[in-house]
Amino acid sequence: MSTTAVETSSAAAGAEAPRTKSWKSTIGLGVVALLSLLFFGFGTPTGVQTTFTIARSSDFIELPSVTVPSRAAAVGLSIVALLLVAWVAYRANQYRKVGIWLPIVFGMAIMGALLTWAGADRSTTTIQLTGLLTSALFLAVPLVFGSLAGTLCERSGIINIAIEGQLLAGAFLAALVASAVGNAYVGLIAAPIAGALVGWLLAVFSTRYWVNQIVVGVVLNLLVLGLTSFFFSTVMSDNPNLNQPLNMPDIAIPVLSSIPVIGPVLFDQNLLVYIMYAVVVIIQIMLFRSRWGLRMRSVGEHPKAADTVGIKVNRTRVRNTVLGGAIAGLGGAFFTVASGLAFGKDMSAGKGYIALAAMILGRWSPKGALAAALLFGFADALQQQLGVIGSPIPSQFLLMLPYLATIFAVAGLVGHSRPPAAEGIPYKK
Amino acid sequence: MSGEEKGGAAEERTPNEPEAASPADPETAPEPPRADAPGDPGADSGSRSRTVLREILESSTLVVIMAIVASLAIGGLLIVFADEDVREAATYFFSRPADTFQAMGDALGGAYSAMFSGAVLNFNANDFSGVIKPFTQTLTQATPLIFAGLGLGIGFRAGLFNIGAQGQLLIGATLGAYVGFAWHLPWGIHLLVAIVGCALGGAIWGFIPGFLKARTGAHEVIVTIMLNYIALNLVAWLLTLDAFQREGSDNPITPIVDETAQYPLLLGSDFNLHWGFVLALACAAGVWWLMERSTLGFEFRAVGANPHAARTAGMNVTKAYILVMVIAGALAGLAGSAPVLGTEKVLTTATAGSLGFDAITVALLGRSRPLGTVMAAILFGGLRASGPTLQVQAGLPVDIVFVIQALIVLFIAAPPLVRSIFRLPAPAHEKEVAA
Repeated sequence: MSTTAVETSSAAAGAEAPRTKSWKSTIGLGVVALLSLLFFGFGTPTGVQTTFTIARSSDFIELPSVTVPSRAAAVGLSIVALLLVAWVAYRANQYRKVGIWLPIVFGMAIMGALLTWAGADRSTTTIQLTGLLTSALFLAVPLVFGSLAGTLCERSGIINIAIEGQLLAGAFLAALVASAVGNAYVGLIAAPIAGALVGWLLAVFSTRYWVNQIVVGVVLNLLVLGLTSFFFSTVMSDNPNLNQPLNMPDIAIPVLSSIPVIGPVLFDQNLLVYIMYAVVVIIQIMLFRSRWGLRMRSVGEHPKAADTVGIKVNRTRVRNTVLGGAIAGLGGAFFTVASGLAFGKDMSAGKGYIALAAMILGRWSPKGALAAALLFGFADALQQQLGVIGSPIPSQFLLMLPYLATIFAVAGLVGHSRPPAAEGIPYKK
Repeated sequence: MSGEEKGGAAEERTPNEPEAASPADPETAPEPPRADAPGDPGADSGSRSRTVLREILESSTLVVIMAIVASLAIGGLLIVFADEDVREAATYFFSRPADTFQAMGDALGGAYSAMFSGAVLNFNANDFSGVIKPFTQTLTQATPLIFAGLGLGIGFRAGLFNIGAQGQLLIGATLGAYVGFAWHLPWGIHLLVAIVGCALGGAIWGFIPGFLKARTGAHEVIVTIMLNYIALNLVAWLLTLDAFQREGSDNPITPIVDETAQYPLLLGSDFNLHWGFVLALACAAGVWWLMERSTLGFEFRAVGANPHAARTAGMNVTKAYILVMVIAGALAGLAGSAPVLGTEKVLTTATAGSLGFDAITVALLGRSRPLGTVMAAILFGGLRASGPTLQVQAGLPVDIVFVIQALIVLFIAAPPLVRSIFRLPAPAHEKEVAA
């Protein structure tokens, strides 16, 4: 296959020349920060204020709303972004790279400037900070699960374009089984099975038949979309009791949930969100600290070496792809049982591809994927809130943000992202 | 074919344990040389007919046909499973099993006859034009798939995986539609300018990933996927602007493009088939010439086969990547002309539908060759054309068509799987499919 040759060549080029000074990140981030300073900073009229409402009426401790002078805050946040750019430039001058935290903090500063600018001089409406963060976290759930699935698959050397299909399959089976049983929680058991099935197909076609993994991924997405839509329009519409909107109640964790801001955002969510915390932590530790993780990474970076020391390359890949599929499937439960909705055609609506983007921006690590997914979730929540308060930015541009950020990331404008070396190459002994 | 032959071949191609996959040679696929391989002098003396039979059984055409058969069969299973009557009859299967089979037969017969009359010929029609109308519908539906499939095929052969036909098509359609309804030019010139607009829009959207790939090494798969969604949001935003909306309306739909910018109908007003189809065939011929006869096409193929070797031979790989993406984008943009200048004549966010992704399946099924792409596009165009009839006559949702389509490509992509299902012998040299 020819694309693999290209991939290896570009990967090799990246590995051979670590000592060149790369100014791409500096320029890329610098342009964004300057634009932010110009538009959000100096674009905000002087003498007006932005009000952030922090507390909700139901909170235990009511924090007062925070009102800041809009222009000073927006300029300040843009300057923070510029300082971060300066740090990138400093590190680049020393041939050093910056950590994952930098693009994330940078993104938050720019978002903050945007928020201040959008909320300026609106006496009637305020920015609901807690509500914004809560919905950001919630909207990030499928992205986190999806990007973790992508991380597992790609770390073991299988490109998982089928995240979208795994999410959709999970959403479908969760709704179907939960409705049949009449219990939303059963859906959380069914969803990973559907995702694992899609992951298994991906793994088998890539490892046994050596089909191009991108082809399989794209086709599996189409297959799952077709299948779920077909059953939705036939079996589910004939038997409405097989597709009910079931709800999973939020579980407030005592004490923790009454911490201002953090409490309602992090500790007053439903079970799927708590599972997400656990999955992120477990995979982060296991991937870098366990034998399982080491083997997975070795298979994804240098399968021949792994095979030489007795690791079964293709078996490892199949297992991790199935596991990844199961995790993405669990994320799919977000759309139906965890949101209290019935299944609908094409529910995942491209979230699988955003998850892919989050994985790349998070540089194939669970904590990076979490941060990127939260950033994208925040952009989505922001878009909804700005729609409510009526902002001059068209919502479509905010919806574009994750995709634009990803293009910048893969083009090397936001740090350096390097995929596992053997990704996408079938292992033939 | 003889019994021992078929079993052995199928078994060897699909080992149960992935690790045991390829016995000796990693390069030339896992097929060890066999005594009775065609052309082997040691094979039985002059059994010409047997050799011919083997060649037929080993041909990839047969694999394609078998893949289609297998997909239609699985599609049939789904139809049977989803059919209300079948499930009802199955409840008393053990007392009267014949009822279940009767219902299954009805469901399948209804579905496949609806497909046939929706996509090929409708014998229930009163006059000749009614009989052949379904086939012209198929060709109409195939038109955008041919355009986009051709573009993707060029990319695949040059080693570029362009998932972005969807976005390129949408941007092309946007530019073409804008020229179509906002400019008022004389007959002939208007259509020409609108078509060029479509191609230009697609080319611009194709240039971005090509440029990024060539300059920064950004993987084209990721960039094109992201550009699909950027294009969708961009068009959604454009459709909120007054310049793109109908006068006095706030709906996200453009005015109908001027008559002077529409493709003329090919077979008169009874049929929807328009000259875009002829243009698509012309493009197929052009792409054939480009890839098989021109120096540029040779460079594309060389870059696809081995970029390092191509670079060593003095070819400009960077330029090739950008050019391939621009040409592929332009063709995808032309695919956008089929809905906005041919069938629907307006631009909405749903204009692209799933065309861009379907075109990927078309290019894969057509093995990235122009003739194959045209045939595959007509097949999938037929499946799409049969959608409304399926809905009305057999009460089946059109989604079954997309399932069958995806299954066909999945099977095609894995010839060993098809061979093992149908117990076909494996060829001595398996060509790599799907780039």
